[in-house]
Amino acid sequence: MIEDKFLTRRELAGFIIAIVALAIAAMLPVLNTGYILSLGVTIAMYTVLSTSWALFSGPTHYISLATAAFFGLGMYVVGSGIEVLPFPILAIIATCAGAVLAFLIGVATLRLSGIYFVIFTLGLAEFIRQIVTWVQTTMGTSSGLYVLINIEEKTIYWRLLCLAAFVYLIGWGINRSRLGFALRIIGNDEEVAKHSGINVALVKVLLFMISGSIAALTGALLAPRWTYIEPTIAFSPMLSFLVVIMALVGGAQRLWGPILGVIPFALVWDLITAQFPNQTALMLGIAFLLVVYAIPNGIGGQGAKYWAKFKHWRDFRVT
Amino acid sequence: MRTFLTSKRLIMPALAFAAIAAFSVDAMAQKTIKIGASAPKTGPLAGGSTVSFWPNVELWVKQINAAGGIKLKSGKAKIELIEYDDRTNPGEAIKNIQRLATQDKVDFILAPYGTGLNLATAPLFAKFNYPLITHTAITDKVEALTKRYPNIFFSLGTTTAFAGSVAKVLGKMKSAGTIGNKVAMVNVADAFGIELANAARPIFKKAGFEIVYDKSYPLGSPDLSPVIRGAKAAKPDAFVAWSYPPDTFGLTAQAKVQGLDVKAYYTAVATAFPVFAGKFGKSAEGILGAGGINPETTAMKNYRATHKKITGKTADYWASGMVYATFQILQQAIEAVGTTDRKAVTAHIKKSTFNTVMGPINFKNQNNEVFWTVGQWQSGKFYGVSSTGHPGEKSIKAKPKW
Repeated sequence: MIEDKFLTRRELAGFIIAIVALAIAAMLPVLNTGYILSLGVTIAMYTVLSTSWALFSGPTHYISLATAAFFGLGMYVVGSGIEVLPFPILAIIATCAGAVLAFLIGVATLRLSGIYFVIFTLGLAEFIRQIVTWVQTTMGTSSGLYVLINIEEKTIYWRLLCLAAFVYLIGWGINRSRLGFALRIIGNDEEVAKHSGINVALVKVLLFMISGSIAALTGALLAPRWTYIEPTIAFSPMLSFLVVIMALVGGAQRLWGPILGVIPFALVWDLITAQFPNQTALMLGIAFLLVVYAIPNGIGGQGAKYWAKFKHWRDFRVT
Repeated sequence: MRTFLTSKRLIMPALAFAAIAAFSVDAMAQKTIKIGASAPKTGPLAGGSTVSFWPNVELWVKQINAAGGIKLKSGKAKIELIEYDDRTNPGEAIKNIQRLATQDKVDFILAPYGTGLNLATAPLFAKFNYPLITHTAITDKVEALTKRYPNIFFSLGTTTAFAGSVAKVLGKMKSAGTIGNKVAMVNVADAFGIELANAARPIFKKAGFEIVYDKSYPLGSPDLSPVIRGAKAAKPDAFVAWSYPPDTFGLTAQAKVQGLDVKAYYTAVATAFPVFAGKFGKSAEGILGAGGINPETTAMKNYRATHKKITGKTADYWASGMVYATFQILQQAIEAVGTTDRKAVTAHIKKSTFNTVMGPINFKNQNNEVFWTVGQWQSGKFYGVSSTGHPGEKSIKAKPKW
């Protein structure tokens, strides 16, 4: 029986691979502190954001475009408190703020389904941006915030890596827990889930809170790198779209899916930026079209298909 | 007997050798200087940077290369330009500067566009000792930032100075009896607008003005008619809007439609854009706005004509000139030092005065203290009417009816 063992052999192998990969990734700043490291920071950031996005949106099929709202919130917590409180405390506050925001939104909106939820979350980042600006207008401070502290890029990179490891642990924990099981049922058929006695609303809100607080923490960790924070940039809707696209390219159904999207996506985009500085948007669009037509289930899904084919061939070949 | 080396057999290798030799001699003479540029080509700030920044990059590089290059001690070096789009994203901007510094190994990097992108990349410019001569960063934190980054230079001005100058202009009109003391003030609820409105309130009061209407509106509001209706109902003598590009146009269109007739009408960013006059034609006459230049100096006239000729675009009446001036400063500093030693170039910028299209510029504690603050459309040109020390301020006119 699988349930009796704490770890199956397959899971153990996965764990070892993950730890080795993490160790290799952690070596990056030792080898290069220049351009490759900043590319590494970008990849680590999108890995955290896309994976935590997929934690919620993968199993439930609720496409959330609210990542920028949480991310910006985290940045603003750090930006407005940096002169008063130490950075680690601000990071904790940002995480909690993200969870609270996700809770409020979740309670109010997770009853919406499909397209309504997408539109609502898209509007959310804009809504939060307006609130932040309104608060700043009425409080009479300037709306550009300066985060003038010395945190090296490699420190930010290592922090993001730790956070990524944490996200994978959570995802793995959820998958094998009752919560994960409940989520999969909800994703397949919400009515069935309700009739089986699952508290659908609670499960969804809980997951949304986890996902939201991680995005807020990511924003908080990156604030010192940006130095100057203003609403249009912190709450950029582009971020929400990129996170979704990367997760879908990789495959949102699996925990390790999004990273398969993030890495090639970040590298291809970087190549496009360097080779076609005047046609980035066009080239990106073409790349995206190719991906959607060629690998509709994401790289993860495609890989799994070939793996299944290979296994079929291996097990049933005529020797 | 046939000779092995016939002239026919010889001709191809000879040609090839000649070509290679010519090529390598050419390559030897053409020592290049690598210049990097990273600024928005897409994203929220692309509208501004494609008017004020990118055409100037093209103009500057073409002009220098046509003249044979930048003069170094070792001879003239043509510019090899490497450009990237930062998509108005600080993370992307940081990556681009890293790439320019460590992969492309460029000799110098032009300052990015806008306050946010300059400040996000300032630590990197400092780390690699690149001089960062900003042209479009406006901040009140000049002192803190210059202390922190020994290689940053500010040139466009501070928010407090902008608000103060508008009060000064209105004060002049009041003492001349052109306007009364009632001001309607509106601002866009975003970085620059909020900062300016907050700075302006006490300054206006101190100058003896009564703010009869004070409202903010969200960035990107499509309908600004309530704002103008409210302002009109307050019966002001002067109208001041701390506005951004889309609303500068929206407010002015509404003010014209609703007939908000004031003798002093001010909108902030983008009033100096050529499209502003293009859109409002004769109605633009007398409108005040942020920035300005002196379009009558020979240097500025030549610059504007060449800008139009080489890039096919008209330079704006504020930031364009400043952007080009910072490029001139960089060029003059490199030529004065005679090498691509970045520390020496930075040191030279700190202590010297430069001749630019904006007039002579020097940096006191890395800050240019002489800049244009208020301009006014007068017979089809946007003249600087107030500055912090520029000569040639044009006298202010009362705005005629729409």
